[in-house]
Amino acid sequence: MIKIIRNFARRVFSGIFKKKGEVKLGFYGSPNAGKTSLANAICQDWLGEDLGTVSKVPHETREIQVKEKVVIEKDGKKVEFKLIDTPGIATKIDFEDFLKFGMKKKEAQGRAKEATQGIIESIKWLDDMDAVIVLIDASINPYSQVNITILGNLAARKIPVLVVANKIDLKKADIKKVQGAFPEYEVVGISAKTGDNMEEFYEELFKLIKKAK
Amino acid sequence: MVKKKKSRSKKADLTIHFMPYSEIAHEDTIHRIKKIMGIVLANRIIILQGKLRPEEETRLIENSMTLIGNIKGFQGIEIATVSNEEDTHSLFNRIRHNIARILIGEQDAITIIGPATVVKEMKQDPKKIELMLNKR
Repeated sequence: MIKIIRNFARRVFSGIFKKKGEVKLGFYGSPNAGKTSLANAICQDWLGEDLGTVSKVPHETREIQVKEKVVIEKDGKKVEFKLIDTPGIATKIDFEDFLKFGMKKKEAQGRAKEATQGIIESIKWLDDMDAVIVLIDASINPYSQVNITILGNLAARKIPVLVVANKIDLKKADIKKVQGAFPEYEVVGISAKTGDNMEEFYEELFKLIKKAK
Repeated sequence: MVKKKKSRSKKADLTIHFMPYSEIAHEDTIHRIKKIMGIVLANRIIILQGKLRPEEETRLIENSMTLIGNIKGFQGIEIATVSNEEDTHSLFNRIRHNIARILIGEQDAITIIGPATVVKEMKQDPKKIELMLNKR
């Protein structure tokens, strides 16, 4: 309850004192799509530090993580944004899934509870975003209702979007399938893990932030 | 007199609830979600004519997340939609599509919603949805 009030107050006050030109860039997607990996890659490239921890266990990020004042540069021009990494959105959570990763029952139940709260928070924050990067795991079927729902909500709110097909270093990855699933969006393929194609990603990110201003 | 043995299986039956769009057409978001969740919590799979608005889908997810841990055995939902993917890139088709949507709602789609305890997975592509059920 205290957490909800605290987050609500933070959002109200950040709205009142919002600096002109400040862009809030959200990272959205299913669990394990690579949101925190990409957020970390950006923070490492431009700030020299990580944002959050990455894990193979789903729902590692269960709270909104914010990095203020990220500045990226291209051709002598700079853009600044606030980076907001959100917990992965899912439609179901079974604590027993966490047991497979060696967790004890109580720990798994606690993680499941936190994950449900994280998903609710992610959805609530959608209204606050000025631009969003939707991360899609290019190695699995992109036609998931979570991806469709996120993109549908962003379109309804007229929030600029960049679709990022992540994990292109994997054999199974298929960017064309992601492009085919969401033909109305700009799709850029990257590997947040290996750093593949980050140059093109930063070019698209630069355009996205400009669009949101 | 020999008593007749009941031949009914102890296993619960799988129930599919067909919902015509008219059933939710005049409902607001709260009542739509309430109606859907009522059916899902009764362990039934809904086949809905049409689709929910994006903000209704997120409300449905939020609602499901709130119920996990508070309703015994509830693990959330599985949801998938297939739409009539006509060419909506041309201006004429887009206008025609939008007028039809205003007049008759989002009827040119099928949405399947089921409890995660019953539906293991929904595999979807633009043309079809495959439903994988949990062993019962």
